[in-house]
Amino acid sequence: MPVRVTTERFDPGAETNAFLVAADGAGAVVTFTGLVRSTPDTPVTTLTLECYPELAINQLQTLVDDATTRFELLAATVIHRYGALAAGEPIVQVMTLSAHRVAAFAGAEFLMDTLKTDAPFWKQETGPEGSHWVAAHADDDRARARWK
Amino acid sequence: MKILYFAWLRERLNRGSEEVSPPASVLTIADLIDWLADRDEAFAHAVAKRSLIKSARDARLVPHDTPIAGASVIAFFPPMTGG
Repeated sequence: MPVRVTTERFDPGAETNAFLVAADGAGAVVTFTGLVRSTPDTPVTTLTLECYPELAINQLQTLVDDATTRFELLAATVIHRYGALAAGEPIVQVMTLSAHRVAAFAGAEFLMDTLKTDAPFWKQETGPEGSHWVAAHADDDRARARWK
Repeated sequence: MKILYFAWLRERLNRGSEEVSPPASVLTIADLIDWLADRDEAFAHAVAKRSLIKSARDARLVPHDTPIAGASVIAFFPPMTGG
């Protein structure tokens, strides 16, 4: 399943089932879905993700290829939304398939940690008090650094 | 050569893209940033902290010392915040 960037809402369950079609020889699948988070303290009515699609496809494919080699995965892919999203909607889904669970977990974690800093998406949150660009977090850089 | 801008950099410049023809003395992406900053005060202000500006050459993420010869599209953008 190729990496995908899309403005269309996706169904995490259907995506998982489609990914599992090629599960010959696999003993583990890990799927992670990131959602638009809104809490009473930080209400978000809309999350708008800006994207540079051509670069995003190149970067995500490079990260998937790297993860597949590092963790000897049988398959891996990433789906990432862009455009306007409402609270609770899925933003990103990472899926990894491997013979054993340790590699599948590690591969999924690697993909999430690296795509947050290396894939060209930018979040703009809109709430009751207006809109702002989400700043890059040092925690994300630290999470990325542990895979170097 | 086409230049693309994204996120808050696009907003601060009030444009998502532009066509430019830099002189032959502009060899790298860093040179291109300097050249663009010399001709546009808003750009100079937006890229004052160079460590916050990332770049891509023809849809490949590259460092600022990358040559621009033969490039069709150069993109500038802030640190990514996806996922």
